[in-house]
Amino acid sequence: MQKLTFPRMGESWRTFKMLLEDLGNEVVVPPRPSKRTLDLGVRYSPEFACFPLKILTGTYLEAIEMGADTIVTSGGIGPCRAGEYAMLHHKILADLGHNIKMVVFEPPRFYPFNFIKNVYILNRARHSIRGIIALIKKAWRKLQALDNAEKLSHVIRPRELITGTTTRVYRKGLEWIDQAYTNEQIIDAETAALEALRNVPQNPEAEVLRVGIVGEIYVLLEPASNLEIEETLGNLGVEVERSMFLTGWTRDNTWTETTEGMTVKAAAEPYLPELVGGHGRDSIGNTILCAKRGFDGMIQLAPFTCIPEIVARTILPKVSRDYDIPVLTFFLDEQTGKAGMTTRLEAFVDLMRRKKHFRQGNGLLTG
Amino acid sequence: MAVKVGIPSALLYYTYYPLWRAFFNEIGVQVVTSGRTTKNILDKGVREALADACVPIKLFFGHVMEIKDQVDYLYIPRVVCLNGKTIYCPKFLGLPDMIRHSLSNIPPVIDVRMDTRQGRFSLIKAYQELGARFGASKNSTLLAYCKARLVLIRYMSLLRKGLTPAEALSLLDKPGQSKIAAPPKTNLRFAVVGYPYAIYDSFISVNLLGKLRKLGVSVLTADNINPFLLTLQNNCHLPKRLFWTFSDIALKAAHFVFRHGRVDGVLHLTAFGCGPDSLVNKLIELESKKHREIPFMTLMIDEHTGEAGMATRLEAFVDMVRRRKEARLCKS
Ligand code: SF4
Ligand code: SF4
Repeated sequence: MQKLTFPRMGESWRTFKMLLEDLGNEVVVPPRPSKRTLDLGVRYSPEFACFPLKILTGTYLEAIEMGADTIVTSGGIGPCRAGEYAMLHHKILADLGHNIKMVVFEPPRFYPFNFIKNVYILNRARHSIRGIIALIKKAWRKLQALDNAEKLSHVIRPRELITGTTTRVYRKGLEWIDQAYTNEQIIDAETAALEALRNVPQNPEAEVLRVGIVGEIYVLLEPASNLEIEETLGNLGVEVERSMFLTGWTRDNTWTETTEGMTVKAAAEPYLPELVGGHGRDSIGNTILCAKRGFDGMIQLAPFTCIPEIVARTILPKVSRDYDIPVLTFFLDEQTGKAGMTTRLEAFVDLMRRKKHFRQGNGLLTG
Repeated sequence: MAVKVGIPSALLYYTYYPLWRAFFNEIGVQVVTSGRTTKNILDKGVREALADACVPIKLFFGHVMEIKDQVDYLYIPRVVCLNGKTIYCPKFLGLPDMIRHSLSNIPPVIDVRMDTRQGRFSLIKAYQELGARFGASKNSTLLAYCKARLVLIRYMSLLRKGLTPAEALSLLDKPGQSKIAAPPKTNLRFAVVGYPYAIYDSFISVNLLGKLRKLGVSVLTADNINPFLLTLQNNCHLPKRLFWTFSDIALKAAHFVFRHGRVDGVLHLTAFGCGPDSLVNKLIELESKKHREIPFMTLMIDEHTGEAGMATRLEAFVDMVRRRKEARLCKS
């Protein structure tokens, strides 16, 4: 029987594991990227490959050690490198003597047959089409539950009384959701997890800064690749709002501050009207939207040599000036150290805090 | 006085400048270029551009800085796709925006969008838009465009014969007056693959082509290969075509020369921090492993690449190839 593995992005593996198992496959859960993963990835990837590609190379090699022989991943048609990842990984692994099967999902709109073929390959249990759709819906629900728990943890963490409680409760909640296998169980587990998070003892007077996080999807979604920046920020008293979740940009809870219904694309238009691949345009657009919503600052996360984010980073200083919002960029690679990052974050938080006080002070004087 | 449009001598300049110049001249617009790359230009670029950008982009910034005060407009088209299939590096796609929003005191940027995936006439439309901006009538714009295309065809055929862009340009300017030196007698032939804006910029490539000539090596680049032969390479055994134009060409050229190029060595010139090249280089390297009889070397350039280091590496490589070739000739 084929043993499947897939790219790991944050906690989403819990969903993919469930879905692939439901379809009747044996799954090797990709391990959380560690120092060893990075070392392997760096050793066997091209030197200037983007950081996500390197981590994935390492992850795949580790999963292969654990017995995986098939990789399920996504393709894409550009304009960025991510679309070519699968092919390059295949070549790299073959060069190392691993005969791995790749199941690459291309955008169904351009390659409808590819999609059907892949589903057919993965559908070991021979579910009916309706059965598959139900399974995908359930998986989607689980993904939403995971995302919702994560979002709430970002809100609670900066307000917690005892450092570390939120993370602990959040981890527990993840396990609950992980153990839920039916729609009802998933909803129950989600409710319980959110409830537990809300019950974390909080300091109502905590002065909380709000920071938006934009950038390339992989480093945004995989905490091991961004050195748990969200947790670090939370502990510094910052509520983060990440611009990207696998389940998408949820409109309802983001438009409470302004009635101006503007899409990310429209916001970015005056600065970068072109889709430059990856999420370069979104980084610009979301920075503008967050500025309009009164955020205290923005953080851009990008892999070293990331093309779209380099384009975005070149333009962001202007946006930052025009909208008066501080922006801090991290280009991440295997050499990025946590200590250095924390120092820069502390300085940034300091700057935002002073700026905020200054503004409030001003408000008093003129008001 | 005629309006002056500045065209930075970097990136697409090496491929499309003759067309652009002919077009602008036809509609009565004067064209100013920033000339050859100099240390000064590079320094300006390094200062203005993002440190994490690749050298060619930094150079482009430098070239813009060089001409920005002499012209009324900067011509930085947003070239997305010219063959209906492959697009350009995302940095090309965002080029006008990067320039506009990160340099201050620059003249207005003309950034017509060229994307042939949007219909057969989209290119003509793009040039009509350009013509209209400078008050040329529809008909004269169309005529200018057709004439310019002819110039481009001539230019490409000159490149195919082995002329460098600079030589081809001077020949276009003064036809008949060919002062191009006959190629020296050489006994080695190398293929140099990479992006035109790196290979032909003799400053940033540390005069790679010149050095090879001096070492008695004749050079084959992707421009010397009939495009039809490149198309025949299909997708180079990849499930999908590479989606960046220049990278696609470079990879196909590499495949072609490894198989039928009758070359003694292959060089891949790549820029530090280039995104697409991290892939292209690996793919070429994997291909080279299948052709052990043709030595392969990657040359990486960045803003600090030194004359001496490059010369040493090249000499060593050429020596190695030469010795191997002699050994093989002796054996047979
Ligand atoms: S968006 Fe950045 S990290 Fe992702 S494939 Fe493109 S260059 Fe690599
Ligand atoms: S293809 Fe490479 S060298 Fe050229 S602009 Fe893009 S990143 Fe830079």
